Amino acid sequence: MRRTARDTEESARRINRRSLLMGGAMVAMFAVLGARMRHLSVEQADEFRLLAEENRINMRLIPPERGLILDRNGKLIAGNEQNYRVTITREDAGDVDTVLARLSRLIPVTAEDMERIRRDIDRNSPFVPIIVADRLPWEDFSKVAMNAPTLPGVTPEVGLSRHYPLVEDFSHVVGYVGPVSEKDLEERPNPPPVLRIPEFQIGKIGVERWMEETLRGSAGNKRIEVNHVGRVMRELERTDGTPGQDIQLTLDVDVQNFVQARLGEESASCVVMDVNTGEIIACASSPGFDPNLFVRGITQRDYSALMEDDHRPLANKTVQGAYPPGSTFKMVTALAALEAGVITPESSYSCPGYIEFGDRRFHCWKRGGHGRVDLARSLSESCDVYYYEIAQKVGIDKIAEMGRRLGLGIRHDLPMSAITEGIMPDRAWKMERWGEDWRIGDTINASIGQGYVLASPLQLAVMTARLATGRAIVPRILHTVGGQPVDLPQAEPLGLDPAGLRSIRDGMFEVMNSQRGTAFSSRVADDTMVLAGKTGTSQVRNITAAERARGVVSNDDLPWERRDHALYVGYAPFDNPKYAVSVVVEHGGGGSAVAAPIARDAILRALHGDIPPLTAYPTNQRGRIETDLNALKERLRDTGPAGSSRA
Amino acid sequence: MSFLEYQLKTVPGGLRKVLHLNWPLVVLVTAVSSVGFLILYSIAGGNLSVWAEPQMKRFAVGLVLMFAIAFVPIWFWRNMAGLAFGISILLLLAVEFFGAVGMGAQRWLDIGPLRIQPSELMKVTLVMMLAAYYDWLDIKKTSHPLWVLIPVVMILVPTFLVVIQPNLGTSLMLLMGGAAVMFAAGVSIWYFAAVAALVAGLVFAVFAARGTPWQFLHDYQYRRIDTFLDPSADPLGAGYNIMQAKIALGSGGWGGKGFMQGTQSRLNFLPEKHTDFIFTTLGEEFGFVGAFSLLALYGLILFFCFTSAMANKDRFSQLLIIGLAANFFLYLAVNLSMVMGMAPVVGVPLPFLSYGGSVMLVLLIAFGLIQSAHVHRPR
Repeated sequence: MRRTARDTEESARRINRRSLLMGGAMVAMFAVLGARMRHLSVEQADEFRLLAEENRINMRLIPPERGLILDRNGKLIAGNEQNYRVTITREDAGDVDTVLARLSRLIPVTAEDMERIRRDIDRNSPFVPIIVADRLPWEDFSKVAMNAPTLPGVTPEVGLSRHYPLVEDFSHVVGYVGPVSEKDLEERPNPPPVLRIPEFQIGKIGVERWMEETLRGSAGNKRIEVNHVGRVMRELERTDGTPGQDIQLTLDVDVQNFVQARLGEESASCVVMDVNTGEIIACASSPGFDPNLFVRGITQRDYSALMEDDHRPLANKTVQGAYPPGSTFKMVTALAALEAGVITPESSYSCPGYIEFGDRRFHCWKRGGHGRVDLARSLSESCDVYYYEIAQKVGIDKIAEMGRRLGLGIRHDLPMSAITEGIMPDRAWKMERWGEDWRIGDTINASIGQGYVLASPLQLAVMTARLATGRAIVPRILHTVGGQPVDLPQAEPLGLDPAGLRSIRDGMFEVMNSQRGTAFSSRVADDTMVLAGKTGTSQVRNITAAERARGVVSNDDLPWERRDHALYVGYAPFDNPKYAVSVVVEHGGGGSAVAAPIARDAILRALHGDIPPLTAYPTNQRGRIETDLNALKERLRDTGPAGSSRA
Repeated sequence: MSFLEYQLKTVPGGLRKVLHLNWPLVVLVTAVSSVGFLILYSIAGGNLSVWAEPQMKRFAVGLVLMFAIAFVPIWFWRNMAGLAFGISILLLLAVEFFGAVGMGAQRWLDIGPLRIQPSELMKVTLVMMLAAYYDWLDIKKTSHPLWVLIPVVMILVPTFLVVIQPNLGTSLMLLMGGAAVMFAAGVSIWYFAAVAALVAGLVFAVFAARGTPWQFLHDYQYRRIDTFLDPSADPLGAGYNIMQAKIALGSGGWGGKGFMQGTQSRLNFLPEKHTDFIFTTLGEEFGFVGAFSLLALYGLILFFCFTSAMANKDRFSQLLIIGLAANFFLYLAVNLSMVMGMAPVVGVPLPFLSYGGSVMLVLLIAFGLIQSAHVHRPR
């Protein structure tokens, strides 16, 4: 509408006035905005800068490479193997179903795997690689690698995982590694962060477990930049960790392999030990198991099979197995009597086949009796009555004390799992354990290694080594750690009367080399490797009066689990002892027939440094031995070159 | 003095109009837009084609449009005000029925290759309509209740249409933009005081009604308000955006982390980093200095608008410039308050910086109108 000039002037003035008001309000608002800006980016800058860094930076641990486990000659026992695996990343794959279908034509993917893969894919962010197949053979892996262009999102990867090339040979000594469990974390008051790395593995049993800290090394770490969904954008900084230290064991893989093969399918164990240093050369328990199964994550079926096997493949019988030592214990009784002065080597007793004590009759293994028996004969022919007599004279406490001096009834600390203490019973022990007084019958039983006495093959080997040297030999399996030799303290003399020891050793010589010795058929013919030892056959059942009346029941007629244990201990060469050996064959029958031949082969293998020569065996046995050894050679493993190191 | 009384011969004609444009404004607008291109380039990780290039193209088109509008006499635009307003209302209605659904709301129309947000257009045409109304109205009747009611209806109708889209941010801006024109036109202060009191009462009512079947706002709108009031209460949910925006701004410090060095934006921690939250990247990479410089540029733009308006003697031109400038101010004030955690997240872009076609075009249209008013001012 038309306006007068006055109206127009008035209008403009009013608008300008209001404009100034508005402008003032805007300036005020700008001041507020500026102040706020200053507050955020100047006054609170440090706080927000920290938050921004926290947003973008993540620390990731780099798992250290685990130390190797080698034998005394540097041959590989536990190594780190390249593990070929294939992963799929959803966002790169596009059509996951098509890619997986294509992949399953190249490598075996079970329906079970497929389900897991799909679940993992759904559960994770699209950029997280999901493992499709692990531990692929090289052929499958290369097939995937070659077809990579047609498989978007699929990545062939190489990682490291623990590998035991000798399979069951060291399954018990070295054990295996496995994923870190809640229990593993609870056991450690301050678990190192490296244990939290997914898929990190730690030693579960054996050397792997007990030398875990040494083998593990320490984790490195890297600082990485991540985006809002956690995708790694780049690595900012990297601190390498220190790899675990290598461990060299005193064991010899070739001897171990030979012994393991020699034990075969028996439920048996054998320890070969250096009598001067205590170094264990072989420590075999059979049957073994494949430790690699556990590294991969053992299936329920495989695990049940191992658990249900009555030969107990999971048990390390060399240190866990506690057996009545039987006649192999007789040296302890004899030595206790000699030291106590109650007998001399020449003292002799009459063996009518049994002794009667009160209303009980204690039998000698030989029903007809041995006639007059002195110390040498009592050992070589293993007369029981002789020991019944001398044990009553010396008393259980002195026998037990001698047993402990020789290494029985005490725990020998080795980096292995479930090492038994065995039982070296005396009066105090029985009172504490059973709340009963010791009876003379207990002494009689104990004198021949029956009754309460229990010992492991390791303890028996230690006992033999101590008898052979007269020194307090301590068993050991660590040769070097991280390249540094483990200290080897000189074993202290046991302080035993040399004459008494000599007569015991002579008795053990007679066992092998006297015509009437119980192990004469297992003698060594080679003069440089003469074997001295003692057989043992320990009962696992009580022979009832009814059975006795019916006559001796042959072991072969009994069910396996009720048969006698066959035992043997020995050392060689007789004149200059080098190795001690102990063998226990569970429910194997007689010590002389079953255990002694195994022990002879084992100790000859260790002494000779190769398959024992036929000349070491008596002439009349060579034909059979040759066949046996040839069959055994077939089962031996190629243990690889000596001095192999980190791959 | 209305445009009919112009002494037409004193108004520049033809290409000579170029000399009479408000060049400082042109330069400032281009400068602010260039800052936008720079940041869009940086956010895309040094990639021009993702956001910066399309934005530059839109700016070029918008600039041409701005000059074209500037060359057309302001009295033509005055005559067009009613028509433009009517068309905008129709488009808002159309968007109700045929609009594309985005972010859970009907906000734009696809017409051929063009994507139109009628609510953005409305901001300009409403100001035009109100300015034309007050140019027509007898000055003495300005504060008469009846003549106050008419512009109030003009404001409330489009506001209502935008609210039901639902787009709370834009409807509030329409309300305040319209109110700014009325205020400039000289409507009695008491009306504004009354409305302010009413709003205070309403806000109380809105909160009181929460959770009842007749609550005023959507749940997500309530949540936005909650989040605004205490962002740390829900750091992974709705509060995440505000928290991350504040972290980006704050971590820039005085001088910023440097061009293309913003970790918050580059690593995607920032939400809507190329649209509503673009200012946070500016703050992160160029610090307080950079952010304050942008504020200064905005201040200068407003300063030149106001001086232009106050030097103009044409009532329509004056009200138009002030209304559009007020709108421009509202854009940036609401956006900056929002990203700095002083206002709830309502989805208002930062003028000339935020990536988006409609807003850029509408802004340049508005500045075209301001230029036209400047060029064709009575002398």
